[in-house]
Amino acid sequence: MIAIINYGMGNVKAFADVYKNLNIPAVIVRQADGLKYANKVILPGVGAFDHAMQRLQKSGMRPFLDEMVLHRHVPVLGICVGMQMLACSSEEGRLPGLGWIDGEVKRFKPSSIENPMRLPHMGWNNIKPLKSNTLLQGIDLDARFYFLHSYFFQGHGNEDIIAVTDYDGEFASAVNCENIYGVQFHPEKSHQWGIRLLENFAKI
Amino acid sequence: MGYPTSREFCKDIAMLNPRIIPCLLVKNKGLVKTINFKNPKYVGDPINAVRIFNEKEVDELIVLDIDATTGKRGPDYKMIEDLAAECRMPLCYGGGIKTVDQAEKIIGLGVEKVAISSAVIENPELITIITERLGNQSVVVVLDVKKTLLGGMYEVWTHNGQKNTGKCASELALQMEKLGAGEIVINSIDNDGMMKGYDLALVEKVRESISVQLTILGGAGSLQDIGRLINKCGVIGAAAGSLFVFKGVYRAVLINYPNRAEKDALIEENYHISEKLYSNLNTFINIKKS
Repeated sequence: MIAIINYGMGNVKAFADVYKNLNIPAVIVRQADGLKYANKVILPGVGAFDHAMQRLQKSGMRPFLDEMVLHRHVPVLGICVGMQMLACSSEEGRLPGLGWIDGEVKRFKPSSIENPMRLPHMGWNNIKPLKSNTLLQGIDLDARFYFLHSYFFQGHGNEDIIAVTDYDGEFASAVNCENIYGVQFHPEKSHQWGIRLLENFAKI
Repeated sequence: MGYPTSREFCKDIAMLNPRIIPCLLVKNKGLVKTINFKNPKYVGDPINAVRIFNEKEVDELIVLDIDATTGKRGPDYKMIEDLAAECRMPLCYGGGIKTVDQAEKIIGLGVEKVAISSAVIENPELITIITERLGNQSVVVVLDVKKTLLGGMYEVWTHNGQKNTGKCASELALQMEKLGAGEIVINSIDNDGMMKGYDLALVEKVRESISVQLTILGGAGSLQDIGRLINKCGVIGAAAGSLFVFKGVYRAVLINYPNRAEKDALIEENYHISEKLYSNLNTFINIKKS
């Protein structure tokens, strides 16, 4: 069963809805005891980094999630700010991240002063897979996903990056390190390709 | 411009696409469409409309509750929750949001972006407070704009176009950006429901003054109108009400939206490749040749 973590920041219902239509068991979990039967975890996220970290901390689920992800190697998928929370820190805030994947979250920096990129990176963009990965299986090159962010994940090495997206330069739009996955875009709001990705995650 | 306008060359190059966004107005829980912010005409049930837009795979959806502020009742959370649960595309909700707690509650209901208008025009610091909690990507400021009869100034109005703030649209947009807004929606009162095209002079003025995302609402009567906007601005949000809910000169209610091929063709015809992308493209083509 997939546990969709509800700590008040993110579109938990949209995930539940996608899995319901796919006939894949998933539940929205608000507190630690709901995690007992979970064999996969989705960590959604909308909002500012520190606020999201605080909310997750307050939910009381953090120590259980650490144990599941780091010791029992339960697959986890972080979405948007949820992906950024996997890192050790973020330029958006002062609080430490979960530190499940080695890296930090940086703010986009325009490459030219005359013609600066507009932030946030908002709308539909493509992803370019760098390696084959179960999460991205069957997703066409012209697939588009919905992005909504001004910060991006930067790993200390590039080996965790499984797909990149171009917005005035390439950034990591999907990462994977062992059982830990993250996507910067919103698969729950990306129509058919997003559904495909969430289905792929359920199969891991 | 001097650069190719066709995306034909760069099919292999990923890029951010302009957003084509239906905007739905809600009044007494029903869907309505106005002309110049007046005479709301009932056009159907919001949930039903969302279902059709799901099927059509729209880029994004804006829902504005037009009684929430004027009726002084605040957001209808039940309705927002129902809409968010139905939306398979990103949703931006606006109407009656006055506090950071209301904004956070709405995000918690499954909405990606909150749109705020009169509350932040009256109290601009509210933008900063909301942004600190929700991040700037989720905070949208809607400015309802009317052109002055004399002088052709663009002034911002609130309360469904009933109160003139006397403030200049592009200056206010810049102030909102500085305080933390991630997107500005410019809603032209003069062009609302007219279906005669966007006010491109207004678009240009606001676009030059800000560096966050910009979405234009008011006036689109055909896909060509959206094409003209993309032609002028490249990556932009092109929002429309009447265009996506009416069909024909008699304004028969029929929910419609371009499919992926139509949308791609529209972008291909109108999207100007920037100088930078063009040089990247040449490098790319040369690599491919060698």
